[in-house]
Order: sequence, then C-alpha cells, then structure tokens
Amino acid sequence: MLLRVTNVSKSYFGKQALKNFTYELEYGKIIGLLGPNGSGKSTLLKSIAGLFPVDSGEVLINGQRVGTRTKSQVVYLPEVDPFNQNYKVVDIIRFYETCFKDFDLKKAEELLHELALDKNQVIGSFSKGMRARLKLVLALSRKAPLLLLDEPLSGIDPLSRDTIIKAIAREFNPEKQSIILSTHEVFESESLFDEVVLLEKGHIKWQGNIESLRENSSLKRLLEEVYL
Amino acid sequence: MDFNPERPIYLQIIDEIKKRIVRGDLKPSEKLPSQRELATIMSVNPNTVQRAYKELEDAKIAQTLRGQGTFISSTISLKELQNELASEALEEFLTQMSELGLSHGEIKELLVRSLQERTE
Repeated sequence: MLLRVTNVSKSYFGKQALKNFTYELEYGKIIGLLGPNGSGKSTLLKSIAGLFPVDSGEVLINGQRVGTRTKSQVVYLPEVDPFNQNYKVVDIIRFYETCFKDFDLKKAEELLHELALDKNQVIGSFSKGMRARLKLVLALSRKAPLLLLDEPLSGIDPLSRDTIIKAIAREFNPEKQSIILSTHEVFESESLFDEVVLLEKGHIKWQGNIESLRENSSLKRLLEEVYL
Repeated sequence: MDFNPERPIYLQIIDEIKKRIVRGDLKPSEKLPSQRELATIMSVNPNTVQRAYKELEDAKIAQTLRGQGTFISSTISLKELQNELASEALEEFLTQMSELGLSHGEIKELLVRSLQERTE
C-alpha cells in the first residue's frame, strides 16, 4: 500500500480540520480530492507531505511513518506561490536539483519547453497561469511515487488549465505512481480521475470510482446529492 | 474531444475510434496512437485509455503487438461495425421518441417526412 492514513485528527486555531480520518491508496491511481473550502483538503495533503505533525493517528507512506525519510517519496505542490520573486526560472530549477535527489533536469527542461516557459525569465514578471505551470514543472520533474497537487488549477486562465491537465495526463506513470489532486475546478479535471474523494468537515462523505459512477449518474449529480 | 459527463469515458473513446474506422479515418491494420499519446490528446487518465484499448482488443477490433503498439485489426468488417453503430444510434433515437409519447406510426411518418425534406 502506497499510502495509509489511519484515524488522523488535526486541529488548529481551535478548529478541527480532520476528524478520525482514515484512507488508503494503492499505486496507479489519480484521485480527485473534492470538497468546499475548509473541508480539510489542504490539511490532509499537508499531513501526508509531513509539513506539520498530526494530533493523533498515523500516516504511512510505503509502510514508513511520515517524516524526514518519507520526503523523498512525496512531491507536494503547494497552493501558495513559494518562489522568490527575484529569481529566474533557471535559478529555481537549480535549487530544486540540489534539494531533491530524484529531480530530473532533462525532464524539467523538456517540461519547461512544453509548457511554454522561458528559463531565463524572472519569476516576478510571471502571470498567474505561468506560476501555476512552473509549479507543475517542478512537481512533475521528480520521480517520487506519491504526488500531492494542492489546487494546481485554481484561478488560472482556461488555456493554462488545459495545458496543465494535459501535462498531468502525459507524465503520470501508473506503474510507479499515484497522484492526489485537490481542486474546485471539478468539471474541467474530472476526465483525469480514477476515483474521487468528497470531503466535508474533515471526513469523507463519498469515495469511489468515477467511471462506474458515470454508468448511471454523473459527478455533477453526485455533488448535488452530497452537498445540497 | 468533449465528453458526455453521464457516460463512462472509456466507452466514449471506444465509440470515437469505431466511428473513425467506419468513416475511413482509421484503416484496417493502421496503428493507433500510443496510450500515453491518446491520453494527452484527449486530456484523460491513461488508465481510461488502457481500458478502452483492452475492450477494443476483446471485441477483436484492435490488437496489440508486443513492443510495437496497438493496431486496428486487419480482418475487421466495416459493414458489421457500421451496422452496429447504426443500430445503437437508432435505439437511442427510438427511446427518445417513445419518451415524447409518439406511437410507432407517428415516428415512421415523421421520419419519412424529414427524409423527404432533406432530399428536396
């Protein structure tokens, strides 16, 4: 089992973001993590990435408790923009290369080209869509088994969105990877998912295979049933 | 390609490939795009394309040669495939007409009239 989250709870500022959360994920799947703001999507991804300790419960990646040693197995694409605005793309690429052993420089250059980014451009001059594309280049250039993409499509133009979805479809390696992608852009990205997980108030309201769902319903109808 | 959100995507990929064969856009023995290529072109999960290709193989419409890729069968009957797609479309049409409360006689009448208008 690639990922095993067992009875995880996490609260901050007096608010419980995850409640006795349990979830398992094997290799070879792209999961759509859906739910309204504050439903626990980001907290879940950050707990798996090991960005903060959980209050109780356990997160295992390939059987190892989340910690320094699991960092090499997880790629986390943050929702916020983590870049120093004065840097050029090439500086960031070099920085990532020194940080992560599994960073593939050739792949990064190929992706920069395909996502139409100039490596000599300064980040400060980037549009939102370009920043989103750069974050994706960095995430997809690593060879880690678990990719956590937190809102990779939010607030960007439709063209960048489509480019990002295509890049994920192309780079995903079902034999060696799984991806969890959180998004509000549900209908733009649903063709990417094997399964969807619907969150509300820190727990799972529904999870299942989305192709089976489409046999006699639709994601739209499911969302209406679950959230309205 | 725009997908119908109320039908499994792998079935829609299969339909699209069948249509292309019947129209002659894809010829018998022609190589299909690799699964990764098609996943990228259509912006879909590669697992979905894999499932579509698997079903096409099971239906003897395509065959995968190890290390070479997936090809449209050389022995495929275009007429048979055309009949199959036509009866599916017809079935759907008839269901919709029945849902509108039309009798068989009325459906036939409407159909004949439409066809006449088209040829005029």
